[in-house]
Amino acid sequence: MTAVTASVTTSVPTSVLAAGTTGATRIDAGAGDYVLVALYFVVVLGIGLLARRRISSSLDFLLSGRSLPAWVTGLAFVSANLGAIELLGQAANGAQFGEQAFHYYWIGAIPAMVFLALVMMPFYYGSKVRSVPEFLGRRFDAKTQRLQGLLFALASVLLAGVNLYAMAIVVNALLGLPTWLAIVLAGVIVLAYTFLGGLSAAIYNEVLQFFVIVATMVPLTLIGLHRVGGWGGLVEQLTDQGSGSMLQAFPASDLTGIMNSAGSTIGVVLGLGFVTSFGYWTTNFTEVQRAFSARSASAAQRTPLIAAFPKVLIALVIIIPGMVAAVLVPGISALKTGGDSGGATYNDAVPLLLDELLPNGFLGVALAGLLAAFMAGMAANVSSFNTVVTYDLWQDWVRPGRDDAHYLRVGRAVTVIGTALAIGTAFIAAGFTNIMDYIQTLFSFFNVPLFAVFVLGLFWKRMTGSAGFWGLVSGTLGAVVVFVLNQTGTIALSGQGSSFLGGGVATVVAVLVGWLVSQGGTPKPEAELRGLVWSLTPAAERAVPREPGVLRSPVVLSVLVLGMAAAGYVLFAVI
Amino acid sequence: MPKRSAKLADLAFDIRSVIGALFVVYGLVCLVWGLVSFPPEAAEKTGGVNLNLWAGLGMLVVGAVFVAWVVAKPLTADDPAVREALDDDATSGAADGGDR
Repeated sequence: MTAVTASVTTSVPTSVLAAGTTGATRIDAGAGDYVLVALYFVVVLGIGLLARRRISSSLDFLLSGRSLPAWVTGLAFVSANLGAIELLGQAANGAQFGEQAFHYYWIGAIPAMVFLALVMMPFYYGSKVRSVPEFLGRRFDAKTQRLQGLLFALASVLLAGVNLYAMAIVVNALLGLPTWLAIVLAGVIVLAYTFLGGLSAAIYNEVLQFFVIVATMVPLTLIGLHRVGGWGGLVEQLTDQGSGSMLQAFPASDLTGIMNSAGSTIGVVLGLGFVTSFGYWTTNFTEVQRAFSARSASAAQRTPLIAAFPKVLIALVIIIPGMVAAVLVPGISALKTGGDSGGATYNDAVPLLLDELLPNGFLGVALAGLLAAFMAGMAANVSSFNTVVTYDLWQDWVRPGRDDAHYLRVGRAVTVIGTALAIGTAFIAAGFTNIMDYIQTLFSFFNVPLFAVFVLGLFWKRMTGSAGFWGLVSGTLGAVVVFVLNQTGTIALSGQGSSFLGGGVATVVAVLVGWLVSQGGTPKPEAELRGLVWSLTPAAERAVPREPGVLRSPVVLSVLVLGMAAAGYVLFAVI
Repeated sequence: MPKRSAKLADLAFDIRSVIGALFVVYGLVCLVWGLVSFPPEAAEKTGGVNLNLWAGLGMLVVGAVFVAWVVAKPLTADDPAVREALDDDATSGAADGGDR
């Protein structure tokens, strides 16, 4: 799922819960459908087994030995993001906000992915770090690295739990398994393939999952449009329904809650497009790790760009089905017109649409795709959890200087522990009435302060090691204080407003404290910061070696993908 | 591990083969399903389109493209991933690849 979803959406998965407990979305799958689903799981576990014989060092297990081609890491990059909450949440946004939901992709994700590729990747890959905390360790000091390692491990386990829970809820709704059994079963399957094959298996499965998800969503979109009488029919029925604003991407007042047109547009461009998305895409190790495992600097740099192309297009097959659901699914349509929705909410758009549109047979493929999406997010969290715990906490802190076989064993053990913890946090997540508020809050705690410290350290060479540490501490505390004040009613804001304010406070506090602490200390010698700070890294060193071919040029790819995102807006403005 | 079986394992591990195989099987199952059965309930859901037939055909084509890609451009010794795997086998028993 994206932070973007997390921090701006008001609507997402509370209601998935309701679906799970009432079984309102129980899908009528037949034996043949289950066979197709089972086949998928056999293949997934088979990949883990095959990957196992290639694992010979901890680097193989944790970073795939840095040997994967760019198209594989690129698809894994986008697929790590195409988890349960992304699929359900963005389709829900499509059903609720219509074309305004495209902003999450075309203004939110794409420019940030281009920024990551052009500006950040050369530093990440060139410094040969294995994780984002390790980068902080080099730029600042060991205590900053350890703090970030701990924060990240905590965030990963909490998010893995949310993914696992969301998945279990849907498994429960679709197949009727009890929630606790679905949670444990899903955890065991993800554990099995991550344990056997490490990151290679997780990444290869993500690529496979990507294709299965696309194979599900494309026919779903086409059949949906066919049923409503094509795009023209959809436009007509939405207009008749009184949902005309769903057909206008700007000014997106429904989405931002800002009634003033100019204000709302600025809110989308700056809030969604810059602060949230840049913070998420450039420092979220779950994503960035996919690029670290590329086989060359050039492949690493292309990874986010290759990921951006499917990201542009995938918006179409997630948002449009959501819009179709708004007219075709009685429960969702009732939400629009104020009728009785029978307990359905926007979050149920995808499961309800599967039930509405797909015959037995293809339904099996779709269920496999849906389950695949659920596992992708969880597996991504678990595999980056074990990298950070093994390298940044265990190897650099608790038990340095052992042989590699030791760290490989630790990596495997940590995978088991991480999954067990995620199963535990899934039950914690089950206790929250509004999962999305929970996630939003987590992002304001964990992502925003990190991004602020990171960017300051990257561009300001005088920032000291301690400044990084205290900036991170104070920024995180700032977000926590806002959360607590909001919980206790001292400031009264909706969930969305609170995490926005929390993020804003975290940024200001982190930068201010970083600056203040830097005044009282001596910056690290410039020689040590070479390759870690923009102005101290010679342009020649920053340059990633070019591979031949126009389509391998990062600039050409960036221009193309930005052009495609812009073309998307033009397309929907004219049709 | 003998070199020959290592190569076979690499071929199977080529993600393109896995995607190709899964899509060919899914495609065939849906295609045959659509050919032998298209009940009115299914037609009602899809608005008259035999979805199993067409989606099956589509997945079969995608699967075939991946298989053709593997056959036309198999992993060769020039590929770093393969070279690495072969090196491992050459120095067989070296449990620790170390930092590459």
